[in-house]
Amino acid sequence: MTEMILTLFNGISLGSILLLIALGLAITFGLMNVINMAHGELIMVGAYITYLVQNIFMQYAPEKYFDLYFILSIPLALIVAAGVGVLLEVSLIRHLYKRPLDSLLATWGVGLILQQLARTIFGAPNVGVQSPSFLNGGLELGSITFPYSRIFILLLSLICLACIFYYFYRTASGRRVRAVMQNRQMAECLGVSTRKVDMLTFAIGSGLAGVAGCALTLLGAIGPTIGTSYIIDAFMVVVVGGVGALFGAVAGAFGIGIFNTIFEFLTNATLGKVLIFILIIAFLQWRPSGIVINRSRSLD
Amino acid sequence: MKKKLTLFMLMLLFTLVMAACSAADNAANADKAEETNEAKPTETGSETETATEESDTIKVGILHSLSGTMAISETSVHQAELLAIKEINENGGVLGKQIEPVIEDGASDWPTFAEKANKLLQQDQVATIFGGWTSASRKAMLPVVEENNGLLFYPVQYEGMEASPNIFYTGAAPNQQIVPAVNWLLENKGSSFFLLGSDYVFPRTANAAIKAQLEAEGGELTGEEYTPLGHTDYNTIIAKIKSENPDVIFNTLNGDSNVAFFKQLNDAGISSDDITVLSVSVAEEEIKGIGADVIAGHLTSWNYYQTTDTPENEEFVANYKAEYGEDAVTADPIEAGYFGVYLWAQAVEAAGTTDVDAVREAAKGITFDAPNGTVTIDGDNQHVYKTVRIGEVQSDGLINEVWSSDEPIKPDPYLEEYEWASELSESLE
Repeated sequence: MTEMILTLFNGISLGSILLLIALGLAITFGLMNVINMAHGELIMVGAYITYLVQNIFMQYAPEKYFDLYFILSIPLALIVAAGVGVLLEVSLIRHLYKRPLDSLLATWGVGLILQQLARTIFGAPNVGVQSPSFLNGGLELGSITFPYSRIFILLLSLICLACIFYYFYRTASGRRVRAVMQNRQMAECLGVSTRKVDMLTFAIGSGLAGVAGCALTLLGAIGPTIGTSYIIDAFMVVVVGGVGALFGAVAGAFGIGIFNTIFEFLTNATLGKVLIFILIIAFLQWRPSGIVINRSRSLD
Repeated sequence: MKKKLTLFMLMLLFTLVMAACSAADNAANADKAEETNEAKPTETGSETETATEESDTIKVGILHSLSGTMAISETSVHQAELLAIKEINENGGVLGKQIEPVIEDGASDWPTFAEKANKLLQQDQVATIFGGWTSASRKAMLPVVEENNGLLFYPVQYEGMEASPNIFYTGAAPNQQIVPAVNWLLENKGSSFFLLGSDYVFPRTANAAIKAQLEAEGGELTGEEYTPLGHTDYNTIIAKIKSENPDVIFNTLNGDSNVAFFKQLNDAGISSDDITVLSVSVAEEEIKGIGADVIAGHLTSWNYYQTTDTPENEEFVANYKAEYGEDAVTADPIEAGYFGVYLWAQAVEAAGTTDVDAVREAAKGITFDAPNGTVTIDGDNQHVYKTVRIGEVQSDGLINEVWSSDEPIKPDPYLEEYEWASELSESLE
């Protein structure tokens, strides 16, 4: 019984990590149809921002305020990654909206540049971030320990999700974004500045990648190649969930997370990964458009 | 508008090319240095083959992963080898010639290692290669050095069951690290073991030997798990460990995975008092990345620690810090890479030439006062005699010795001395 609960929790936890890294991509790839291979590097930017903020706090802040660095680094990672995203959109992606394959190559190149930049600035070896003390240890319920860091990531991803839903479905600006994504010409005719909307949407997607990077520092090491190890998972979630549907990304992330954990628990890590890929292929045979099918003309 | 776009595409192309080039940045720089060096003596129009013979430098290859998941470990070995080369050059070089390193990046990718080793031996005509970390990278380079009759100095502990005439193994053979560690754990920590490793040659072979040893010596195996290199989610495996509740986890994870594993083990509320983890691929350099607070109290098994108390080590640590900064730490593979260069230089001096066969013959029985103590090349299998040390990680990130074999142990890569291993070496050959 305890094993079952723990496996379920681990699955949900993995799902929340997947959701966090895929949420940004669900917007840039799912809604805007930009195959942004540099998404992983935007995650890396967020992770390194956390590392920087930590170092600044270590040097200048009094010790008792040290833990605050993590709280501060979340919005900072969001802003910086969004800034990089805007730069990317204005200088590059804007010119490639109608050429998805070119944008794939170009963003891949940008990813390589960002990786090399990180390697030059921070050095090739990976760096670690000291988790804030309030996230050390775990919540003990009976014989099961739920690590605080995992609970925190779960909450963070749910908060991000709530904010995104509120923005897209409850604000005027979000409505404009949806209008542009659904029918660009019509939105333009009605006086929406699609340029501005594109930039804003891409910035939001990139900013979310930054937040994901910040959360990933709680789990493992940060290195120039951290993004490449997550980009496949992120695309997997978006494709399984259904391109163009935010809710699909949620279902995809938790579905993959839970099944992956169960398979890994029953077999081993390598075989678990194989089984989850087989499951995904089988699923896409059955439903090629993913879990949530978005019937919209603009996607054809 | 159209012009602007074309201009922009040109810029993009340029940046992409730049990115592709910068990956091979170090290598390119080394090549450049080499060109300028060669330009002087070969003014009279030259063939590269004779240039190596006649020039006043001896080229050696340095081939480690400077990027990718193994860069965390290999970059510092690469630095230690450069330090040794610099020291030797300052003392007059080898055979009166300066050593000139040719640097290549293996990029944590095994076929790249083979390709670059080939390039170093055929194009650069290096006298020897210092390089590799993972066994997979060594296995990739092995056929290349054998085919070209080159030399490779491999600085990392490994799983044994190999003795190529073209490779010198300056890291520990299994009987100099893993076997004594298992013995020590059985005596001091308990008999139920959980084996966790990365999914490639070294952990799988090492664990096969550990399982045979446990069976022969009354240990109990509670579980065995492998994860792909670079794996970062260990919650499920930690859940399995919890339900098995072993006395000891024998950890053969490599690279970044260690960071994730120890962080998550700590988060799951398992401390070194509950279950001790003994790692064979975590040294001072990796502890910096993991964070000393989450790994403190766990054990490691190596031949050398930064705290090892010898006069040679004091000097080595001081020199290394002077070269690479006060925060730099030394570790076993760093030290093995460092003295490997010295062993090669001594063998070349003894042979009077850089000819591979002559150097190999001359290397037999050569000794050197390395930071870990006196090391001697075993003429039969080209491994080295080394002292075994088990250590405990301290909260400052250094490792304190808790047990030592007190004298150098003879290398035994095929575990011939151990009865339980007899079937093992047959099945793996």
